[in-house]
This record gives sequence, C-alpha cells and structure tokens, in this order.
Amino acid sequence: MLAFVLIAIVKVLVVFTAMLLIVAYMTLMERKVLGHMQVRFGPNRTGPFGLLQPIADGIKLFFKEDIIVPHANRLIYILAPSVMVITALVSFAVIPFGDSVTILGHKVDMVVADVNVGLLYLMAISSLGVYGLVMGGWASNNKYSLLGAIRSSAQMISYELSLGLSIIGVLMITGSLSTVKIVGAQSQVWFVVYQPLGFLIFLISAVAECSRTPFDLTECENELVAGYQTEYSSMKFALYYLAEYAHILVISSLAVTLFFGGWQGPFLPPLVWFLIKVFIFIFFFIWIRATFPRFRYDQLMKFGWKVLFPLSLLNIMITGIVMSVIG
Amino acid sequence: MAKTDTMIINMGPQHPSTHGVLRVILELDGEVVVKATPDIGFLHRGLEKLAESKTYHQCITLTDRLDYVAGMTNNLAYVLAVEKLIGIEAPPRAQAIRVLLSELQRIASHLFWLGTHAHDIGAMTPLFYALRERDEILFMFEMVCGSRLTPSYFRVGGLAQDLPEEFEAKCREFIRTFPSHVDEYETLLTRNKIWMRRTQGVGAISGEEAINWGLSGPILRASNVNWDLRKAMPYCGYESYDFIVPTGKNGDVYDRYLVRLVEMRQSNEIIRQVLDRMPGGKVLVDDPRVVYPPKAKVQESIEAMIHHFHIASEGFPVPRGEVYASIESPKGELGFYLLSDGSNKPFRFRVRPPSFINLSALSTMVEGRLIADVVAIIGSIDIVLAEVDR
Repeated sequence: MLAFVLIAIVKVLVVFTAMLLIVAYMTLMERKVLGHMQVRFGPNRTGPFGLLQPIADGIKLFFKEDIIVPHANRLIYILAPSVMVITALVSFAVIPFGDSVTILGHKVDMVVADVNVGLLYLMAISSLGVYGLVMGGWASNNKYSLLGAIRSSAQMISYELSLGLSIIGVLMITGSLSTVKIVGAQSQVWFVVYQPLGFLIFLISAVAECSRTPFDLTECENELVAGYQTEYSSMKFALYYLAEYAHILVISSLAVTLFFGGWQGPFLPPLVWFLIKVFIFIFFFIWIRATFPRFRYDQLMKFGWKVLFPLSLLNIMITGIVMSVIG
Repeated sequence: MAKTDTMIINMGPQHPSTHGVLRVILELDGEVVVKATPDIGFLHRGLEKLAESKTYHQCITLTDRLDYVAGMTNNLAYVLAVEKLIGIEAPPRAQAIRVLLSELQRIASHLFWLGTHAHDIGAMTPLFYALRERDEILFMFEMVCGSRLTPSYFRVGGLAQDLPEEFEAKCREFIRTFPSHVDEYETLLTRNKIWMRRTQGVGAISGEEAINWGLSGPILRASNVNWDLRKAMPYCGYESYDFIVPTGKNGDVYDRYLVRLVEMRQSNEIIRQVLDRMPGGKVLVDDPRVVYPPKAKVQESIEAMIHHFHIASEGFPVPRGEVYASIESPKGELGFYLLSDGSNKPFRFRVRPPSFINLSALSTMVEGRLIADVVAIIGSIDIVLAEVDR
C-alpha cells in the first residue's frame, strides 16, 4: 500500500515538473519556429540561442504588478485562471507515455493513473476548462472580456461535441475507454489508418479546442484586444498562458495516444518516441498559426455544426458498418 | 420576457486594429453592429493652420506628416500645387524621378497596408514578408534623401538633389525580384479559403454609392469605377507610361485586396519604364524666382549672395491667386487647395485627404455586420489617422 502511494506521488511530481518544463519550452519553440517562418530570428538574447528566455519571461511575469480591476468580482476573478490551469494539468494524468517497467520488484505503469474510463475522464476534465474562460471574462467586468468569454463558451461547446464524436470510432475498435488499452491495441497498425476521417475531425476540433489560429477567436487581439484575458496581469496572466500551452500539450498527447500508437515505436525508448510524436503535433500547431487567417465567429459556428458534426456522425456510421461487415 | 438591450462598445482610440487613434463607437446587438459612429480628431495638430505661418518652402516638411506612410506623394501633391500657382514646371529629369519615387512610395504604402490588413484578419506572417520589401524601399529613400518616412525631397521647381549613382542598380535589383515577392503574398492569401470567406462580400459598396460618397483610390476602383488621376488628369508625364488601372467587380474587401495587389505589380512596371528612359539634365527648374543661385556664383557676386539670402530667409513670393492640384496618392485623390495673397506664405492651406473622405463611408459599410468585419473593413479602407485628423 505504502509503495503504491509512494509510486503515485513520485509519478505525479515527475510528470508535473516535466509538463511545466515542456510547456515553458513550448513557448520558446513557438517563438523560434514562428520567427524562422516569418524571416526573423525569434528570441536569441537570453542565454545561448535564447534558451533562458522562458525563465526570464517567468521571472518577469512573476514580479509584475498584479492588478485587480475595480468592479471586478474578486473571488471569481482570482479563481478563474487556476480553474484553467488545474483542468489542463490534471487531464494529462491518463496519458500513457511509456511501457510498464519493473523497479525494485514493483511493476510501474508509465502513466499517472490507468483508469478504465480514462478517455471519459479526460473529456470531462478538459471541458471543465471552459469555465476558466467564462468566469475570467465575466468577472473582469469588461465588455471585451465578456465578448471573448461568450465566444469561447460557444466555440468550446460546439467543438467539444465533434471532438468527442470523432474518437468514438477508436473506442468502437478497441472496445475500451482505457488509454493504456487503446495504445496496446495499436501495436500492429496505428488507428490513423483505420480512422482517417476521424483523425481529421479530431485534428480540426483539437485546434479549435485549444483556441489556436485559425480558431483563436476567444482572444483575437485584432478584434477583442485580448479577449477574456484583457484585464489580467502578472502571474494570473501567466497562468492563462500556462493553461493554454498545457492544453496544447494534452491535446497533442491525446492525438498521439489515440491515432499514432502512443509511445510505441522501434529502436528508441518509448518515452523518446512519445515525445517525438508529441512535438511533431506541437510543431503542426505552430505551423498553422503562421499560415492561416482567422475564421469569423459565425463561420466558425457554421463550420462546427454544419460540417464537422455531421461528418463525425458519418464517421461513426461508416465505422459501425465496416465493423459489422468484417465481423 | 427578459429585457434585451444593445451594448455600446468603444473601439479605440487605443485598439490594436484601428490603425492609430481612430475611435469607433459601436452599438452592438450580440456581435452584430447596429450602429457605428467614427470619432476622429485625436491626432489633430492643426497642420493646415500651421502652414499659414510658414513659407511655401517650409510647408513641404509639414506635408510629410500627413500620410506618414506615403511621404513622397504628399510632397508631390503640394509641390505641384505651388508650381501650378507660380506657373512653372519641373524639368523632365525631375519629373521622371518624381514618378519613380511616387511609384516606389505607392508600393511601400500598399505593402504596409497589406501586412497590417492581413494581420487584422488574423494572418500574421504576411506582415513580416511585406515589411521586408517595404524596408528595401525605405532604404532606397534613405539613400536618396537621408530619410525613410519623412523625405521632404521634392522642391518647388524640382528636387532637392539628383539621385545618387548607386541608386539605379539597387532599384533595378528591387524591381527584378519584387513580382516574385508579390506571388509569395498571393500564395498565402489570394486563394486561401479562410481569407476569401472573411473578405468576399464584406463591406461591399456599389460604384454609384462610392461616387456619391466621394471615395477615391483603390476603394473606388474596386467598385468597378475606372477612375485614376494618373490616367484621367495626368501629371508629371504619367501619360507617357504604359500601365493598366485595375478595377474590381463587387467593391468588397476582397476586390480591394486584389486591386491593390495588381496596382503594386503595375507600379513596378512603371518604375521599370522610368528607369529605362530616364532623361538627363538638371533636376531643378532654371527660374531665379524660386531657386537658389548656383553656389559658385554666390561666392563671387554680391547680387547672387543677396539673392541667396533672400530666398533662404524669406522664401519666395507666390503670385496672388488660388489653385487646386491633386494627384493619385496610394490611398486615393490627394489634393491641395492653396490661396495666395501674393506674399511668401500661403494665405489659406487646405488638404483634401483621401483617408478622411474614404473613412466617411465606414458607417454604411459596417452596419449590420459583425465585429470581425468592422476590423476587416477599416483595414481595407487603408486609413492613416495623421491624414484624417491633420
């Protein structure tokens, strides 16, 4: 029992630290990659190749004046960023990042918690994240924030739906909600081969779910100044950013887990394979940010409900038909 | 029954996409704009009044500060007005160089518009590509007159000085590579489905309406009205250059984008033609009323010295009368109305700024549309607030 608790605590701490580190360096990666795509350098002054930039940013944001606007609902205003961060970080718990290993006679799964309803847990927790946006936007008592919050709630709900439906195909094939089992089922063929349409829908919904370009309507600076986070400063602002990038990390890991065989791969250790695949996805996220303009609010909703939603239903139907024919 | 009400939102004067200090008071029903009232004047410096206390020569530097994205064309319009009032004409070489630099300025201005407009619609990368080429042009301006944004290079009767020798090679290199850069922007935007959806049918205005609003420049031409002062009332010898004036069909944001892109390519062609047949000779008119005597003469004759002193300290008197001269600036018809009482300072100095008049149609274009469209439409008008407020 003690061993079980100890292992769990160590795993949580290690994963938590690793996540924060990856998230910090994702910001650097994003700025570097964007810089090179946009004929400029990106950060290169803080440390060699700008490697200390995320740390400098963190320290700067930490020591910034923390402004709470008058007329804000203080409790909700302060609570909102932490809701975002907690949901984003906790949802990583069910992502397997390696095979089980035996340490001192104890079998240790390379996943924080192998829950038999893992995917359900993940979907539930990550949809809670939208509360962070809505609460923040509403509590700021600012019209731009409010508009951003309204947009984000509508967008999240719409795309949550197609995101959820797009992975039903995978569930039908494996017959399990456990992420560990799903990865195990892909030891021969990755599910992206069986579920190309599902993967496409998942990918688009995932970008929308993370509020990234071309779906970054919730905070689009050109229309809503900064959307829901207009009034946030200092560490609260940093928390929102942390949550946003953690969300990207979780969604990328989820994509890898569901469609690209998770940590499985030849020669290299499982963890390395997992990270390689995840970073390819993160790169993809940055790449589309550098390429596309932004959708308009009504177009976004139309796209979500009239294109993605029927398509994901169609995907489920096709999967069902094929499975019953093949048996 | 819940009570519903519209929401008033202040867009600007400090807002990322109002291109300066424009304030638009938006009355919103959800995200739909019920009413939009532009509020201008935050950048009012009283330039027109200020000009009345400056000599005609000193006014040139004021015109730089109108549309600071296109300083050269501002200078040109003002200088042409004064020349028309005095009744002189710049020598052919000066005219050719004026055309050359104005077209470079048009490209620079359109590039800046393209970058910021695309950024408003959410595409961040074209901004950096466009500014890269714009910087090349600004370097050329720096080479010509030592200044990037506020050139004050054109003079009444010609130019401040001739082009430097290394200019032509640099300019030829630029026009050789520039069309391929425009292709780059086009690959990012023109056939991009999201870009088309965001811009097609947005802010459409018919040709008749556009004329009634007094619009000019690319916005007017996008509404399928073929009106370009370079063709309609040629100045500086534009009639001798071969170029087409692009027009759009629907008058929406997308057509304005296409028109400006073709205009950049056409300006590039004009520059090529100017370079190919650049006439020789002086760059300042040989008229002692407005031009300094040659330096060598000043040092040997007292009359020339006095003459130099007069022009330097008092400027030159301009005959009594009034004049309006206009050019096709990157943003539309830029005109100067001058009233002279025969002294060395303009009695009345009035600008017809294209941005101001084009902006007046904003409310009609945005009403009934979404906030995102407001940003796209403001961007497509291509305003510079310094010119709107003066």
